[in-house]
Amino acid sequence: MSNSLDSYLVLSAFLFAIGTFGFLARRNAISMLMSIELMLNAVNLSILAFGAFEAQLKTHAAVIALLIIAVAAAEATVGLAIVIAIYRNRKTPLVDEYDSMRE
Amino acid sequence: MPIGNSIPLVGVRWDDVLFVVLAATLLGSALLVVTLRDIIRCGLALTLSFASLAGIYALLGDPLVAATQVLVYIGAISILILFAIMMTQTKNAPTRLVFQTQAWIAAVAAAVIAVVIAATVLATAWPSGGQRLATGTADVAHLLFSDYVLPFEVVSVLLTAAVVGAVYLARREVSRREEDRS
Repeated sequence: MSNSLDSYLVLSAFLFAIGTFGFLARRNAISMLMSIELMLNAVNLSILAFGAFEAQLKTHAAVIALLIIAVAAAEATVGLAIVIAIYRNRKTPLVDEYDSMRE
Repeated sequence: MPIGNSIPLVGVRWDDVLFVVLAATLLGSALLVVTLRDIIRCGLALTLSFASLAGIYALLGDPLVAATQVLVYIGAISILILFAIMMTQTKNAPTRLVFQTQAWIAAVAAAVIAVVIAATVLATAWPSGGQRLATGTADVAHLLFSDYVLPFEVVSVLLTAAVVGAVYLARREVSRREEDRS
């Protein structure tokens, strides 16, 4: 089971779907950011799985995964800073109460 | 004492056991992240899912990426998320309804995505390498600083910009009156 590419890719697909559900369904802005982290991790897992089963992609996959981790860290930093800035103005972390542009 | 390739008496390979345990931990904790009501527990479950994913990376033969996962995701991003949770939690926030009202549509969409991707993966004939050899850290370093040196530099500029931007966005606004007084 651990020797077939299929199992890793299916695992990655499930993780991505869980992240999608969390991003669409949660009301808390920080929960949505956590779901984005899950989706990024799913993508990283599939890249590394491709690298592990294709000899000429092996090192490239590791390098690309490292770059993705760095970009994800930058994204998390800026995203959480934006959430904290909005929270300071609106006093709520719930995204469906950010409706002042609707009126 | 060396242990064999497979568990004695049962004949199941250690790799398979590790994969099943890590994958179950990963999917279970990811489900807890998106369904738990208490958001601080969501953050802790997220840490657990990062950790089990690091184990899967090591199983795939990428020890450097597994170490980076532990350092960056568990060490930095989880802590950042936990701090952000603590800064935005209010006692009187409504905690009973964690989902949007259209959550079931999101659930259907996520299930469709999972089924479609899984079906596509299973229907495609992938090359089966079989041997998962460990990536050498020296090879990664050589590649990172030869072919990938431009993305590397761009990422370092991006990280600097992200740090500056985060400090600018999250700092406390100095009110006009305090500025006049000083």
